[in-house]
Amino acid sequence: MDLMEYQAKELFAKHGVATTLGVVVETAEEARAAAEQIGGVTVVKAQVKAGGRGKAGGVKLAKTPDEAFQHATDILALTIKDLPVNRVLVTPATPPVEEYYFSFLLDRSNRSYLCIASVEGGVEIEEVAKTNPDAVKQIPVSPATGVDVAKAEAIVDEAGFPAELRDQAIEMVQRLWAVFVEEDATLVEVNPLARLEGDKLEALDGKVSLDENAEFRHEDHAAFEIREEADPLESKAKDKGLNYVKLDGQVGIIGNGAGLVMSTLDVVAYAGERHGGVTPANFLDIGGGANAQVMADGLDVILGDEQVKSVFVNVFGGITSCDEVASGIKGALEILGDAATKPLVVRLDGNNVDRGRAILDELDHPLVTQVDTMDGAADKAAELANG
Amino acid sequence: MSIYLDKNSKIIVQGMTGGMGSKHTTLMVEAGSDIVGGVNARKAGTEVELGGKTLPVFGSVKEAMAETGANVSVVFVPPAFTKDACVEAIDAGIDLLVVITEGVPVQDSAEVWAYLEGKSTRMIGPNCPGIITPGESLAGITPHTIAGTGPIGLVSKSGTLTYQMMYELKDFGFSTAIGIGGDPIVGTSHIDALEAFENDPETEAIVMIGEIGGDAEERAAAYIKDHVTKPVVGYVAGFTAPEGKTMGHAGAIVSGSSGTAQAKKEALEAVGVKVGKTPSETAQLMREILSARG
Repeated sequence: MDLMEYQAKELFAKHGVATTLGVVVETAEEARAAAEQIGGVTVVKAQVKAGGRGKAGGVKLAKTPDEAFQHATDILALTIKDLPVNRVLVTPATPPVEEYYFSFLLDRSNRSYLCIASVEGGVEIEEVAKTNPDAVKQIPVSPATGVDVAKAEAIVDEAGFPAELRDQAIEMVQRLWAVFVEEDATLVEVNPLARLEGDKLEALDGKVSLDENAEFRHEDHAAFEIREEADPLESKAKDKGLNYVKLDGQVGIIGNGAGLVMSTLDVVAYAGERHGGVTPANFLDIGGGANAQVMADGLDVILGDEQVKSVFVNVFGGITSCDEVASGIKGALEILGDAATKPLVVRLDGNNVDRGRAILDELDHPLVTQVDTMDGAADKAAELANG
Repeated sequence: MSIYLDKNSKIIVQGMTGGMGSKHTTLMVEAGSDIVGGVNARKAGTEVELGGKTLPVFGSVKEAMAETGANVSVVFVPPAFTKDACVEAIDAGIDLLVVITEGVPVQDSAEVWAYLEGKSTRMIGPNCPGIITPGESLAGITPHTIAGTGPIGLVSKSGTLTYQMMYELKDFGFSTAIGIGGDPIVGTSHIDALEAFENDPETEAIVMIGEIGGDAEERAAAYIKDHVTKPVVGYVAGFTAPEGKTMGHAGAIVSGSSGTAQAKKEALEAVGVKVGKTPSETAQLMREILSARG
């Protein structure tokens, strides 16, 4: 789960990382009030889970509360990288004397952690990494030993922080490490890490990604989830415990196993090239438990998508047996009744396939077509979606 | 022959008495695996009847190994306890540790991987279907009825695509099929499996299945170029997955251009690996290679 800036800063503050929380608001009127309360010059910042907010006009300086009102009005009307801006953060303007970059992240390639630090750049770090890679230090961090004082000192010295900031930087590195390990993050990034007037080091902006697999030991993380940002169908699916991602096409997809479902999306997209360019409408992995209720919930979500013209159920019976899946489809059609309105193309293979196909043959439902192969079924589903 | 697992493997199950554990222990027994016991500290000293076999429950992996000579452990314990279960098995000196559990925090996996350094244990997973050497042994949840023994070695990130590909090529059969798991950090990589298949005399050709996210396939391509002489056929799932959306596996996250299915396909093709657009086309490519060898 990616956090917004204000949420990242809340986690920073929890672990004693120097930062300024500011006030997060959802209307321009509230932004004016926040600016008044803060006093002096403020910054109004779009809160969306996307980079490049400044370039998109999502970060503006406000000299007065009225200016904050005006900027918030403009920013709340923006869409940045397809994401509507629903809230802004109002913070005191603290112009940096220098800008640095700092992050801890999961290093998949080396099955380890990595610290990236640079005293050059800050906001333009990607540019610095290209033009002057030596200025962007990549320092491996062992999951076994982590970051103790000695490691923090080594990181700060390798990154080359100014001597007068060394002690502050060492403390900040340890606190950011605490954010990373204690919150089960996969990314903790501070950009810019700013040197303010009076040689004060502060996290002016932050990005944090949290590991959803670790939610069981972080009950407080649920509060970071912003439901209205999610697609309504995705929210509905999540409520039912379904692994669903909304896409933009016409062929609804239900399958078992993330790999097989991704593969199904590809096969449908290829088939769509022969049928008017139809594409997959969603990703939905029902996993191993393809009983009637799960199948009904899945179909219910997919049929709630007005763009969907046909549905492709692609199941390989590995652990799940095909007769259970077929019974699930039968039960789902009974549960849905008249709500089931779109043609269903079903491809079953694997464990108990004969019994599974027999159940659907016997059902002889007008909406259900069985096709034996994945490619053939994808073609049929695409054809029906193009009708 | 096979890789990592054969008829002599003696298997214990950590979490054997739980729902998933007991169900799949039964299936492993039916597959012909030599299951010799389970581990559950709270039920130590008891016995359970699974798949027509009476299996002892031990208090620790160490004790189970001492009593039974087990050299493989399959882990079904819940995510919150997986790290400790792995550390226990590694400390006991197990040869092969197959972690089926889905939903393990990635920092736990990172810590276990770091803990493995300098130890003798090979870990497969987490979040994987495990490993099957058809006709000999199953350590995991792959249905043993899909395909029999044969000349193909298979390594895959995805469970159901493993099953699909075994099904497509069931008339040829498999030396060993290994699902390495789709998590960002896994114990056995594509490269590890490629190396083992290259060295296995019974494996004549290799199918490698990848999916979007990370750079494991690109690294495997570089490895194949320098070290693999056997024919390799590849498949990558997720060509049409939109950028930045997570599709089930934590590992299947596309960010930027690196990690896309297209980039992986190009990297593999650049080193002479034939890459299918769909599972059936991939199977067809393998069919042609094996048929040409006579």
